[in-house]
Amino acid sequence: MTGADDRTPTEADVCIVGAGPAGAFTAYSLARRGHDVVVLEAGERLTPEDHHRRMEMWLRPNFERGSFWRDGTRDAYTSTGDIDARLNETRVKAVGGTSLHWDANTPRLHEEDFEMNTRYGVARDWPISYDDLRPYYVRAEREMGVSGADDNPHGPPRKEPYPLTAFEPSYSDSLFAEACEDLGITMASQPKAINSEAYDDRSECVGYGVCNACPSGAKYSAEVHVRKAESAGARVVDQVQALSVEHDQTGDYVESVVYATPDGRQYRQEADHFVIACGGIETPRLLLLSDSDVYRDGLANSSGAVGRYLMDHPSVSTTGTLEEPTRQSNIGWVSSRSDQFYAHEENGSGSYHLTFSNTAKSTSGGAQFRLPPTSPSRFLDIVGNPSPDALAELATDPFNEMQLGDALDLPTTPGPPYPLSIRGAGEMLPRSDNRVTLDKSKTDNHGRPVPSINISDGTHAQETMEHCLEVQKSILTELGAEITDVRTLSERGMSTHHMGTTRMGTDPAESVVNEQCRTYDLTNLWIASSSVFPTAGANNPTLTIAALALKTADHIDDKL
Amino acid sequence: MTENQPESDDGVPSRRQFLTALGGTALAAAAYGYGTDSGRSAAAGSATPSSTHPASGDHIDALTAIASAVYPSDVSVERSFIESRVFGRVEPEPDHFEKLVAAIEAVDNHARARFGGRVTDLSAGRRRQVLQSMGVTTVHPAADGTTAEQVRFYVVNDLLYALFTSPVGGELLGVDNPPGHPGGREAYQRGPGGGER
Repeated sequence: MTGADDRTPTEADVCIVGAGPAGAFTAYSLARRGHDVVVLEAGERLTPEDHHRRMEMWLRPNFERGSFWRDGTRDAYTSTGDIDARLNETRVKAVGGTSLHWDANTPRLHEEDFEMNTRYGVARDWPISYDDLRPYYVRAEREMGVSGADDNPHGPPRKEPYPLTAFEPSYSDSLFAEACEDLGITMASQPKAINSEAYDDRSECVGYGVCNACPSGAKYSAEVHVRKAESAGARVVDQVQALSVEHDQTGDYVESVVYATPDGRQYRQEADHFVIACGGIETPRLLLLSDSDVYRDGLANSSGAVGRYLMDHPSVSTTGTLEEPTRQSNIGWVSSRSDQFYAHEENGSGSYHLTFSNTAKSTSGGAQFRLPPTSPSRFLDIVGNPSPDALAELATDPFNEMQLGDALDLPTTPGPPYPLSIRGAGEMLPRSDNRVTLDKSKTDNHGRPVPSINISDGTHAQETMEHCLEVQKSILTELGAEITDVRTLSERGMSTHHMGTTRMGTDPAESVVNEQCRTYDLTNLWIASSSVFPTAGANNPTLTIAALALKTADHIDDKL
Repeated sequence: MTENQPESDDGVPSRRQFLTALGGTALAAAAYGYGTDSGRSAAAGSATPSSTHPASGDHIDALTAIASAVYPSDVSVERSFIESRVFGRVEPEPDHFEKLVAAIEAVDNHARARFGGRVTDLSAGRRRQVLQSMGVTTVHPAADGTTAEQVRFYVVNDLLYALFTSPVGGELLGVDNPPGHPGGREAYQRGPGGGER
């Protein structure tokens, strides 16, 4: 990893906290128009070699996938809800943010997602419409290099072609397509920010099959726009933690961000405008940590909504097997989806989409991961949960001896049977009790309270995903598959999408930011993040984050 | 196992040779590149596999011999495979290769002390006995553990990682283009008979 040594403040028009997709797009958009931009990022900057290391970390079961960025004390948190927050398995603090290990799926939100209250009487409308965001979606798709095809009859309307052609469907997609056709379910290509051809100085996808840790650069990460922002004159400072956001005497505007460098020194970065772009958890946390005599419940929190209305995307999956080959795990990404069930039904299920897996077969594990039942952790597990199989294993093969040579324990078998699976992700409506607060009993490396996450699915999400599971089962049954595994909501952890915790709205009494993503309370404080989403829809948020960041940058530019 | 990779004079595939073997210029640029080699941005560099590693020819020979004991017998292991896929990859952690070399030496020393010869001189079956008698097959892999745990972590698991991210290993699993191998975008579209859908 690399990093500039000089981490002292410099003159800036705009200070952005966070160098993930939201921060990178905002920085790039403003820097290219000649504004002085400083970006403060808590994590490190990765080298090209680091991406190869990440691939091995991802594939080897004895390696920690997140060890390249994680700092146990700095990144501590508390999870108190029904759903395990598992924050440090899903986010990344580094230059590029969580886009370093995202799946790069880039569907737009649907028109109805912006109008849930008007159309269905639930949740809140966004203060902007799909049409307002549409030109920014087009720009974001072009900037990220989205591959796709306008072949989705249930998708949101679009006029402009995708910048890159869609990836061809997989062989297993063709199996699903027959079953779906018989059931009247329409499949479509999955738009994604992975190059189907060389684009923007990055190679086409060469099929490493490890998208979460893509070493080729064919998958978009926000490192791209960090580099572009720097080329346009922005200064991106890594390994600095924003500690608090400080305002003037009356609380009308922000004066500075106080941050700490690795040597423990603290500095004050001043600017004309400030953008918090730290994702759906750390954004509200930083505001709550920046309380003051004027804002006793947290900065920009006159509404009391900071940290509330946390949403993610609940997901379920069903796996089955066929006696004929399904050709799994020859590529890492999903090539087909269905939005057949995206439309919210009044008095029925909510929105969800389906994706058809190309990776139902695991190729890591096996002999690499055999853990003797007599090892302390497994022994305690067996004693605590003495299943017949575990006890038999303990009695007959206490050392779980690894076989070598012809008896080598393979991670999977060539088949038959052959696996295939369907996943579905759905909508969670905003509920004020799902929230991020500060856990004052536990502190980070600077003695600041860690974020405490409380989230549960609620009835709507449960009913929606039960419907999704029924559809998955019907497709696999139509295929003639034997169902071997069903992942319900009860087994899930929080997804990678953290939304809603500084929501956007027209009413300052219940919203944190206005339609421009500027905070109601402070005239020069802006938020670029999925935390401004009033509703979450059922689609992956990153393209919308990028589109909103570009829009917010336009509004900031108007003020400069 | 034949990787079909031409080697340079010193037996180590050069970067150019390695990339050519992966199938053409466009693929080559991406295979080890994060961004492309012609990237306009200075920071959009390329990853380079390890050009200096602490393994001697003897270490590579010993690891090749151990691989023939770890892998199923129908996988034929060549020295070039170990050179390119184990020592030619980007080092995953600082000092990983140093510890791998030390673990190889531990296996070789054990073979000499208990089995009367270097690991390269033994049959595949005897090599398996070397690993078993060290306790390697009954411990959990641990980077900083006992000698047996380190041999399991560095030697056995490096070999398994190399195997299962290669097409030959993929064949054992019924996957033509296994994760970790940049084998292009044809295999996922191909039907079981080899034809496209």
